[in-house]
Amino acid sequence: MSALSLFHDYTFQVVALGAALLGMTSGLIGSFAVLRRESLLGDVVSHAALPGIAAVFLMTGTKDTVWLLVGALCSGLAATGFILGVVRYSRIRFDTALALGMSVFFGLGLVLLTYVQKIPNSNQAGLQRFIFGQAAILLKGDILVIAVTGAVLLALTLLFWKELKLLSFDPEFARSLGLPTRALNVLLSAMTVAAIIAGLQTVGVILMSAMLVAPAVAARQWTNRLGVMVGLASLFGAVSGVAGTLASSAAAKLPAGPAIVVAADVIVLVSLAFGRARESRGRRGRAADRVSRA
Amino acid sequence: MSPALEIQLIAVLVAVACALPGCFLVLRRMSMMSDAITHTLLLGIVLAFLATHSLTSPFLIVGAASVGLLTVWMAEALQHSRRVSEDSAIGLTFPLLFSIAIVLITRYADSVHLDADAVLLGELAFAPFDRMIVGGADIGPRAAWSMGCVLLLNLAALSLFFKELKLTTFDPVLAALMGFAPVWLHYGLMAAVSITAVAAFQAVGSILVVAFMIGPPASAYLLTDDLRRMVVLSALIGGLNAVAGYWMAAWLDVSIAGSIAVMTGLSFLGVFILSPSRGLLSVVRRRARQRMEYRERIVLIHLHHHEGSGTEAQESGIDSIHRHLGWPRPLAEAVLRRLEERGRIRIEGGVAKPADADRPEGGE
Repeated sequence: MSALSLFHDYTFQVVALGAALLGMTSGLIGSFAVLRRESLLGDVVSHAALPGIAAVFLMTGTKDTVWLLVGALCSGLAATGFILGVVRYSRIRFDTALALGMSVFFGLGLVLLTYVQKIPNSNQAGLQRFIFGQAAILLKGDILVIAVTGAVLLALTLLFWKELKLLSFDPEFARSLGLPTRALNVLLSAMTVAAIIAGLQTVGVILMSAMLVAPAVAARQWTNRLGVMVGLASLFGAVSGVAGTLASSAAAKLPAGPAIVVAADVIVLVSLAFGRARESRGRRGRAADRVSRA
Repeated sequence: MSPALEIQLIAVLVAVACALPGCFLVLRRMSMMSDAITHTLLLGIVLAFLATHSLTSPFLIVGAASVGLLTVWMAEALQHSRRVSEDSAIGLTFPLLFSIAIVLITRYADSVHLDADAVLLGELAFAPFDRMIVGGADIGPRAAWSMGCVLLLNLAALSLFFKELKLTTFDPVLAALMGFAPVWLHYGLMAAVSITAVAAFQAVGSILVVAFMIGPPASAYLLTDDLRRMVVLSALIGGLNAVAGYWMAAWLDVSIAGSIAVMTGLSFLGVFILSPSRGLLSVVRRRARQRMEYRERIVLIHLHHHEGSGTEAQESGIDSIHRHLGWPRPLAEAVLRRLEERGRIRIEGGVAKPADADRPEGGE
């Protein structure tokens, strides 16, 4: 099948559209995550979604995507709350809280999944797809979920643009202005969780975190303006989504999820090599770097 | 040994072997590096498998450990370009290597028993079936031997380099000045993490290795300030989690590794809430006490400030002081009552006055 005729193939259209939408959404949300140094939250939340998915299936026996996603959303939020709470009320640092939250929630998910498996007549096939992702079997309904999530997230971003911008660059200043920084933090975390959960079944748990980070990092190399960065990140996300699905359809035995990630990382490499925006961090930042590197 | 005992033995060995390097990951703020390494070791296993076509060759360990180090190196190179922050550098590196591994598996190793599920999830219950046979004699499960070796290796490295590790962890600049090589120790530690993860993944799956490495040290970190004690406590907590997790799994008939991870979470939660000096309860209590002390000080300053002035009856009157402090009335009353009980103020004719003993020496 030639590349041109692929564009007329219905399955390809659906998958490519889904991947592009997903890339745009994760580029949008990922920009804030990268600027706030929370890039790894994506990895954590996508692992932490597992117990929610298993619990919904266990309680209702449904395999309806929307309900499973609601379960994933709940456990993703619970894990985020656990992590933020541990950091706030103990001397455990963010990285440790992330690693702990991720692995414990994933373990709980595994316990629930193995519990589901031994219930007679329960056919849990299809749950696995949430762990590793299968873009090739995206359905129209899944696209709808991604599109609606993306639209809501875009609307929220535009609505709270000024606040989110301030929160990402100078949270202390934001607090001194009297902005409800804690509520905004929760909002942004919830938006991140929603973006991740929407993409889980396309690229899978582990690769979803790359989709959050790569387009945003690439975009950061080209501009120092947040608006441009968010726009570019969405564009890069969409391009890698389409390029990855294209490569996966053109070559045999090339799964789409990894192909999308590799495409995004190629954009990162090019951006790192040719991007013009320099981080103007001043001398203090560089000196601190030298000390921490020593 | 019965399979049940063997499984518990392996679980305890994994837990202790993982907790030792884990302590330093937690202290060096590198916990998420364990997550990155446990994911990318899949690539090392795939590459070694493609080279040797065996799933038991020692090259698997070599391959996986090298890819672990490659992950660390790539993430640090990205970070040192100063164009990518540390968390983004990790978040870029490991999904890329992981993706390459998945593509390689799908294209070249699909027919054999090497699937991502097995590497990522593992199953402790199957460990006793894989026996170590020496000269025709069955000397126990292979996993127990390999984990035992890794544990000994970690113990040896820890006791040999304890002083150096301690110094580079808590004061890397001083360590560098004194002529230690923080970089070599750093990569040594990362090699230990990689080798431990490789040995452990077949038993517990690579994602839960993170729980074994980070959970017990995190709990121990809330219990002590002494590094030696923290290492011992982590090993102890890890071992207890492993045994408790096994019994919960046996009772509910679920994944053993998953159940140990849940136990790790529960034991951390217990320590997090109840730890005598750093637990949630003591933190909340301490913060409440500090808040109260601060309020008492504010009231005393206010009383001193207005004492003897013309507006004292208004400013310090027990019925009106809350308005001047901008506090709700019950709060102001509670603070006044506490101060009066301890004799730091006296109340005369409805006006609060600082007690004479409370006057600052050599005051105005």
